[in-house]
Amino acid sequence: MNTELLVSAEQKKHARNVGFGYLGLAVITLAVFSRRPGDAGFKLTESGTSLTLPAQQFAWIFGIVFVALAAAQLLRGFGKLSSVVLSLATAVFVLSFLSWATAGESFSLVGMLQDTVSRSVPITLGALGGILCERSGVINIAIEGMLLAGAFTGAVGASLTNLWFGTIIAMLTGVFLAWILAVFSIKYRVDQVIVGFAINFFALGITSFLSFRVLVPNPDYNSLVPVMPISVPLLSKIPFIGQIFFVQTIFVYFSFAAVAFLTWAMYRTRWGLRTRAAGEYPKAAGTLGVDVIKLRYRNLMIAGAVAGIGGAWWPIGTVGRFDQNITGGRGFIALAAVIFGRWHPVGAFSGAMVFALAEAVRLKIGNFDTGIPSEFLLMAPYLVTLVVVAGFVGASRAPKAAGQPYDEQ
Amino acid sequence: MKDLLKSLRYTLLALVASLLVGAIIIVITDVDALKSGDFGKAFSTVFNAYKSLFQGSFWGVRSISNTIAGTTPLLLSGLAVSIAFKGGLFNIGATGQMLAGGMTSLWVGFAFDGPGWLQVPLAVAAGAIGGAIFGGIAGLLKARTGAHEVITTIMLNSIASFLVLWLLKTTLFQREGRPDPISKPISEASRLPRLFGFLDGRVDLVAHAGFIVALLATLFYWWLLKRTTVGFELRATGLNSDAAKYAGMKTKSLMVIAMLFAGGFAGMAGATEVLGTYGYASTSLAGNIGFDAIAVALLGQSSPIGTLVSALLFGALQAGGRSMQANTDVPVDLIIVLRALIVMFVAAPLLVKAMFRVKSQVVSQGQTFRGWGG
Repeated sequence: MNTELLVSAEQKKHARNVGFGYLGLAVITLAVFSRRPGDAGFKLTESGTSLTLPAQQFAWIFGIVFVALAAAQLLRGFGKLSSVVLSLATAVFVLSFLSWATAGESFSLVGMLQDTVSRSVPITLGALGGILCERSGVINIAIEGMLLAGAFTGAVGASLTNLWFGTIIAMLTGVFLAWILAVFSIKYRVDQVIVGFAINFFALGITSFLSFRVLVPNPDYNSLVPVMPISVPLLSKIPFIGQIFFVQTIFVYFSFAAVAFLTWAMYRTRWGLRTRAAGEYPKAAGTLGVDVIKLRYRNLMIAGAVAGIGGAWWPIGTVGRFDQNITGGRGFIALAAVIFGRWHPVGAFSGAMVFALAEAVRLKIGNFDTGIPSEFLLMAPYLVTLVVVAGFVGASRAPKAAGQPYDEQ
Repeated sequence: MKDLLKSLRYTLLALVASLLVGAIIIVITDVDALKSGDFGKAFSTVFNAYKSLFQGSFWGVRSISNTIAGTTPLLLSGLAVSIAFKGGLFNIGATGQMLAGGMTSLWVGFAFDGPGWLQVPLAVAAGAIGGAIFGGIAGLLKARTGAHEVITTIMLNSIASFLVLWLLKTTLFQREGRPDPISKPISEASRLPRLFGFLDGRVDLVAHAGFIVALLATLFYWWLLKRTTVGFELRATGLNSDAAKYAGMKTKSLMVIAMLFAGGFAGMAGATEVLGTYGYASTSLAGNIGFDAIAVALLGQSSPIGTLVSALLFGALQAGGRSMQANTDVPVDLIIVLRALIVMFVAAPLLVKAMFRVKSQVVSQGQTFRGWGG
């Protein structure tokens, strides 16, 4: 009874925060984005079909839409539709931001979104690795290390043999690191955060060390031709969407499939139920005959494999080589995506998309001349993420047993 | 005291184990030696590398000075991560907080023209305040909206780095006549005095009084945790925030307080780098220190003395690693591997015990960070 009241008070407060969030977006749109006249041209296809938005009018219209949204949210809320409304609102806000930034010029929207989807791969796969571990009750801080080590061995393996072998080697590297995490955190019951961080450091140190000591003197160990994008028949012909989602490398399709499969497996199979039970209340799961230890071992290994493939995306999916610290903290972004998505594969995927969009926008936006220092434009994606997380996503509840070693009795 | 000696002994054994593994790594990555089967050369590489690692960290005044200079920011930012851990928060944002503190102390350092005894404390305090405000944002966001600090601190790191890039190009901060983002130098009076200034003014002795600031901060951290109500409540919240709430503690305010102090410590790390090491600010002011700080805190179990010891160890490795890279062909990145191994071996006393066949009870460690919280 009491707890019910408490939750509803929290929810009310959250709904109010979201309402104020929309109001904030309205203020920014009306006060800032409506200031620049001029048409913003967005190239929608590579051949040049483009959408031209009158930046100022567009901002006025959407500013008013945001006010309406805020009023509706504050007065009665959107109930089950609230997350849909939120994602649409975010998309519109990003669009009006872009039309403001590009007013009087034009740029390739489709190219940027294609880049976003491609960049989401390591974040998505890393986040899935995180979910697999944490849903079964082991905190995985080592995503960054698994990505980085996978990128290194993937580059070397693919340079020496072929791309398939390189990807498999990257996967096995992830599995190996996950095995270390498993042995220390499950068997020796060492603090999971400490082991995870030690693995991150180990991966950073050993890959930098080896690239300096081995790859620099032997450049042919580190040069390969990355995979080419594949156009999916039929789907890639869909205007706009097809170009963005279905003219991509095999890594992108793998990450889509992995998200779909994991969502199904986590909520529709016996394994999924057991995993969630082991992460929430392992004692109960154990009493009912689930081998929690074995389950955690297995999930960690799968997580390592997925994250390892995510690491292979750098050398094999894009740049064709390994560089020191090439992951640049993407593993921590993946961790943020896990929390952003509340430990749900689809949620984490959308989180990964948001962070990847931030990156793609950042790479594009430095060139625009808006009268505002470019550093603030570069900062904007991170500020938006901060506002979205603080205002809209709010508190997220982790699997209850994540972080605690399990006693078998 | 007995516990302390015991854990020091394990740290020492872990260090030896890490150096052994490091030696194996050096040998098996010596591609030329392996191809020619010249193992004697590989082993002499190991010997020379470790010799210069040791000499570069402890042998002579200059090495000790380098170790102290390396330890200073690691200790302060390590405290920033430690105090957050104690309050049940995971502070990945030491980098951003360092940048914020570095910039505020820089401003005091060049904008005012006071005497040294006033300028230095004022600038360090400004750094602490700047960092505290920046760290406090993450705490406030978590307390008010529940936004997870792992996300917010990562985002704030990026925001801080762009903010610094912008500030360094404004006329207020940018050095006259320079097109690149580099700040005006601080006034001579604002520089933290050099620790070994009495030795005929040798310029290669870079250690500065920031180390004393760091030691005082460690003492303050100990006092706060062990002797004040806030510290007690902070620890209680970190151990079990539901229980702390039930006992009437204001857990949300404590979150903000923890992040304020965390930011303050990291801000002082930025301040000592600006006021002591560089004398100006650039975008690479914080480097990887915020990241290394997490390892310092984890190795030190977030305790005051533990953080001090592990910061010293990491600082020594860093100083030694540079001289190792300069004198042999072993890259400095080996240090990162050694750090990882040390953290791992210290965290897994059972493993070290098995390796060295030690027969004694191990001090129980407990969890550093109790899950992701709610």
